[in-house]
Amino acid sequence: MASSSMFGPNNPGAFWTGGPAPGQFYNFPGSQSTSAQNSSQRTLYPVVTGTSVLGVQFEGGVVMAADMLGSYGSLARFRDCPRLLKVNDTTVLGAAGDYADFQYLSNVIQQQVIDEECLNDGFGYTPKSLHCWLTRVLYNRRSQFNPLWNTYIVAGIDDEKPFLGYVDKIGMAYEAPSLACGFGAYLALPIIRDAMEKNPTMTQDEAVALIDRCMKLLFYRDARSLNKYQVAVITKAGVDIRGPIKSETNWEVAHMIKGYE
Amino acid sequence: MMGEPLSDYKAPVQVHFSPYEFNGGTILAIAGEDYALIATDTRLSQGFSIHSRESPKTYPLSEKTVLGCCGFHGDVLTLTKVLGARLQIFEKDHNKPMPTPSVAAMLSTILYYRRFFPYYTHNLVVGLDEEGKGCVYSFDPVGSYEREFYRAKGSASAMLQPLLDNQLGGKNQQGVERQAMPLKQCVAMVKDVFTSAAERDIYTGDSIIISVVTKEGTKSEQFPLRKD
Repeated sequence: MASSSMFGPNNPGAFWTGGPAPGQFYNFPGSQSTSAQNSSQRTLYPVVTGTSVLGVQFEGGVVMAADMLGSYGSLARFRDCPRLLKVNDTTVLGAAGDYADFQYLSNVIQQQVIDEECLNDGFGYTPKSLHCWLTRVLYNRRSQFNPLWNTYIVAGIDDEKPFLGYVDKIGMAYEAPSLACGFGAYLALPIIRDAMEKNPTMTQDEAVALIDRCMKLLFYRDARSLNKYQVAVITKAGVDIRGPIKSETNWEVAHMIKGYE
Repeated sequence: MMGEPLSDYKAPVQVHFSPYEFNGGTILAIAGEDYALIATDTRLSQGFSIHSRESPKTYPLSEKTVLGCCGFHGDVLTLTKVLGARLQIFEKDHNKPMPTPSVAAMLSTILYYRRFFPYYTHNLVVGLDEEGKGCVYSFDPVGSYEREFYRAKGSASAMLQPLLDNQLGGKNQQGVERQAMPLKQCVAMVKDVFTSAAERDIYTGDSIIISVVTKEGTKSEQFPLRKD
């Protein structure tokens, strides 16, 4: 522990192994003055994680999808993790990133929904209000250097119109007619944007088919994904969470891929 | 052979947390004799991804004051919310909207309040002053500000500002008197400089929204830029 002290560059070194140098303070082993305890409750990196969430608007509604894998680093650890939360009959929340943080926030939201219901005044979460609230919560947590390590996508029907909103762990938020996070932003979003440009008045079936195609593509190319996913369809009629769905894959050409052994 | 035993074995790279992100965007403001103009592009990006092509970075604060705000979008959202609330309180207290020079002074204190964990935003406030003249106030992220005639801020500011210096400030020319530019010519120039910036800067593009503040109020027009 040779550090510069009042003794200048020729400092004599520690008194004993692990002990203080002249002019330095000594912390007794096992004392409370170490800094490790303060950082223990902070998510400074994610542990069990979920990958992409996709969302698309269509004429009169929104579709959202996420697979059910909870990765532990590169290990496909948990294979039955729903990442779509039905908040109420107009709102669904999709989450990527740390699964524990998502479960924590799910509990908070579900309790809030119950509290609102108890007031019985006809008010509740709309997609827009939930999105706005998430923006504040995530921004607040990042400002305390204690982030919720998630990217959230809020889908729903607000004022009869489809709504899709994005919020990430530092409080960066926006609304858009199509959204994706994680690898989906690189692999699926270009396909979704292209399809929407060619067909601006997409029907529900076309949107679901598009999402299915993108989830299959993500399973082929994203190593942190799983061929088991849920799809939420939100229309005026309510929320329909479908799945678990398995896409039909074809690996016939896989044996021809050489050079990665 | 090897310097250290197991030197090729490394623990997995750990992601670390950064509370800031750069979301691009360019804003540009010009003060005329009886008008003030502010232009923004509508792209919201992060790294090599485009989040949105319809995210303008100008925020109307009142009938005669517009804020241009870009940098980290999370801070932009928070700052505009704080400003909106403060302006509403002022209006209820004094029964009139806050004048543009006062908005600028207040924004400076709001920014400096976060001096040691700054809002990562580049700001411009435009509007009309007490005499009805166009005014532009430019800010740094921690609240230092001054009134100017023209200013570009954000990701392509280094491309726009020298051109404005030349065309509006009469800089680096010999025998040229600086004179006010008529609004129509101003708007045409703004479209040109943004089109050029979109060619070189990946964080500027998709379209621009030009807002002009006069004593009649604020009018906006949209103009397309390249989308790649």
